[in-house]
Parts: sequence; C-alpha cells; structure tokens
Amino acid sequence: MITVKNLCKTFGTLEVLRDINETIERGEKVVIVGPSGSGKSTFLRCLNLLEPPTSGEIWFEGTQINSPDCDINLVRRKMGMVFQHFHLFPHLTILENITLAPIKLKIMDKSSAIEKARKLLARVGLTDKENAYPAQLSGGQKQRIAIVRSLAMNPTVMLFDEPTSALDPEMVGEVLDVIRELADEGMTMVVVTHEMGFAREVATRVLFMDEGRIVEQNTPREFFGSPKNPRTIEFLSKVIA
Amino acid sequence: MENTINGISQILSNWWTEFRADFTNNFIDENRWQFLWKGLLCTLQITFFAAIIGIVIGFMVALIRTTHMHTGKLRGLEAVCRLYTTVIRGTPVVTQLMIIYYVIFASVNIDKTLAAIIAFGINSGAYVAEIVRSGIMSIDRGQIEAGRSLGFGYVKTMWYIVMPQALKNILPALANEFIALLKETSVSGYIATQDLAKAGDIIQSRTYSAYMPLIAVALIYLVLVVGLTAGVNRLERRLGRSDNR
Repeated sequence: MITVKNLCKTFGTLEVLRDINETIERGEKVVIVGPSGSGKSTFLRCLNLLEPPTSGEIWFEGTQINSPDCDINLVRRKMGMVFQHFHLFPHLTILENITLAPIKLKIMDKSSAIEKARKLLARVGLTDKENAYPAQLSGGQKQRIAIVRSLAMNPTVMLFDEPTSALDPEMVGEVLDVIRELADEGMTMVVVTHEMGFAREVATRVLFMDEGRIVEQNTPREFFGSPKNPRTIEFLSKVIA
Repeated sequence: MENTINGISQILSNWWTEFRADFTNNFIDENRWQFLWKGLLCTLQITFFAAIIGIVIGFMVALIRTTHMHTGKLRGLEAVCRLYTTVIRGTPVVTQLMIIYYVIFASVNIDKTLAAIIAFGINSGAYVAEIVRSGIMSIDRGQIEAGRSLGFGYVKTMWYIVMPQALKNILPALANEFIALLKETSVSGYIATQDLAKAGDIIQSRTYSAYMPLIAVALIYLVLVVGLTAGVNRLERRLGRSDNR
C-alpha cells in the first residue's frame, strides 16, 4: 500500500533519514518507536509529503506521490493524519471542523457530511460537543475530534504522529481506545508513539528507528520479548522500567 | 463674598457673549459651516477610498510575501513588494503626496481629491501589508499542516483556515491603521485639497479667529475616531465568539 524506496531527508547539513526502504501493506498496524531525534516523526511526515523527501521515492496505492505529475492534494485525502498538538481549527465549531474538508473539497454535500460527522461524533462519545469550539474541550477530547476530522474524509490509511504525547496522563487512555477500535476495524495505520503498552497490544509490526535508520523490526511479541540489536535493547531497557 | 460671586458671573457672562459672537462669526455668518461640512465629506471620501486601496494593496503584498516564505515561489514579485514597503514606510506621507501630485501627475490635470486618495491608498497599503503579514505569521504552522493534510491546496488552506484566524487577530491593528489614516489625511491641504483640516484654515483666513475653527476641526475628528473605534469594538466582539471557554 505504501512503499518507500531509498528515502533520504536532510535539513541543511543534518541527515535525518538515511536511505530508508520500507513497505506497509493494507491492514497493517505499524508502530514506530525510537529515541527522540531518531527521525521517526520525519519519516511519518514524509509519507504524506508534509516533509518533502530530499531523495528517494514514496509510492501510495500504485502511484509515486513525490513525482511532479502527482496531485498530492488528491492523495492526502486518502491519508488521514493526526498530530501531536491536534491542530483543530480554533475559529470553527467542532461540527465545522469535521465537515470543512468534505464540504469544501466537494466530496460530500452539506447534509450528508453533517450526518457522517454526527455518526463519528457518536462513536467517540462527543455528540454533545458539536457546537462547542476547540478552546472549550480538554486535550483528550480535542485529539478524539482530530481523529474524527481525519476519518470524515474516509481515508484508507491513518498516520498518527505521537497522538498522546501532549496529553495529561489521565486522558491518554480515551484517545488510545479510539485508535485501538479503529485498528480492530481493520484500518491501516502507522503510529509514532512512546506508549510501549499500546505498541505491544495493537501493532502488527514494530519498527525501531535510531539515527535516521530503521535499525530493527519485528512482531511486537518478538520485538519486546527478544530484541536483537544492542541499540534496541538499550532503548527498551530504558523505557520499560 | 457677594462681590466675588458677582465678579465671577460677570466674567462668565462676558465670556459667553464673546463665545457666541465668535461662534456666529466663524460658523453661522455667510454659512461658513458649509466649509466644515464639505471638508468633512472630502476627508471621509479620501479616507474611505484610500482605505479600500490600502486593503487591496496590503493584502496582495502580504499574501505575496507570505506565499514566498511558505513555498519559496514568487521570488521576483516578493522583491518588488519588499522594495515597496521599504520606500513607503521610509518616507513621510506628505512627501509622497506631493511627489504623486506635483511630479507623477504633473502633466495630467488630475482631480486633487483623487490624487490624495491615490497617495494615501498607496501609503496605507504598505502599513496594511505589514499588519496582515504579521497576522498570517502569528497563526501556528500546524494549522497549515492540518489543512494540507486534509487535502486542501495552499490557497484553500489560506482562505478557509489561516485568513479567518489572522483577520481576527489583526482587526484591532487594522482599525488603528485606518484611524491613523483618517487623521493623516489632514495633510492633504499641502496639495490644496479642501479637506476638513483645510476647511478650518479657510475659515480662519476669513475670520482671523485664533482657536474656534481649530477646536471645531479637532472635535469633528475626535467624534469620527470615537465612532470608528466603537464600530470596531462591536465587530471584534462578534468575531471573538470562538474564544469563549
């Protein structure tokens, strides 16, 4: 579904991603872990070209999306993205946040977009917030809305960039529950996270990144049970007390 | 005691008589108030149309410059815009006004009010551009990323997501700019435009009153500014709905 070939990314003289090759199949739940500065967020952001790669190829559903003939705006409709800091639109109500893209990009008419938004709101238990503004919501609620906003576009893959890192500890659970539910329904997803418990439980595959490379990858059982690479072992020993 | 009171009331009554005579002389005789009225209309006309030109130029310049900053495109246009802001903000508005009227339109018989509108419009555009640019840059980059990640192109992201928020943030600064513009138009007398300030001069030149026409002109400006400020405050409250917590 997503294929990455020889992906390199540099910021000035700083090499953030070094020759990454990776394929993500439909239905996979890939969780990326690693120390900060290892390039995992940059890797994720390269997948929908929020970060344009310095070199290499990104393929999505059979088309190379970082070629000049590809309309990236059409591709991004199929790739939902959830950010660490939510980035809800503060000037719009919750309902407007969710329906803005489907309506303005003429994917749905207004009434069906609203209907879909209400269904999704009910799913994450925030029906009563549809006329609220983002500033009136807690962090966990905002992130659930951000997920719903992405889902309203009917994406075929969801990218999560540290979706719980900016949340109070007591709100992490409600957001992870929503992501877990999505995973159970078969959504393809790539998740950058520091939540090892979540990775162990939801991932079909765990990637460990360090210094711009994917150093090790395995099923969660193998990855957490018997890590091979010394860097992985060191990292896991630090994060799992 | 009684003497003092009598003295004060005598002074007051003298002052009042003088004031009335002065007032009549300056504004009632020969319908001189009409100078003020026509001057007021002229000032409002210059301010209004100059503000429109300023908004149009200002937004264009700001969008060109921020687009260049965000995407690296429009390099040539951006350089022109930067030059424009530097020159306009680096020279006094009176000089610009006179250059436009006496140099650029020297060989054309242009209406003085129109010349003033053009001069103040071009001048205001540079300030509006900086205000709008700061407004756009004050919006978190994540807003653009969120818009782009949903499939909006750059232009639509700016239109639906960034500009509405930027506009709300810059409204007070923009209002200040137009209030300043309204007052700055008082120098358009330099090219003999018969605006409000000039109207005061004209009356003064006929009545030789030292303060009455000036105070009247000042009061009219004050009323205009206070009215404008009240209007902006109402608009701000309406735009502030999403801030409610």
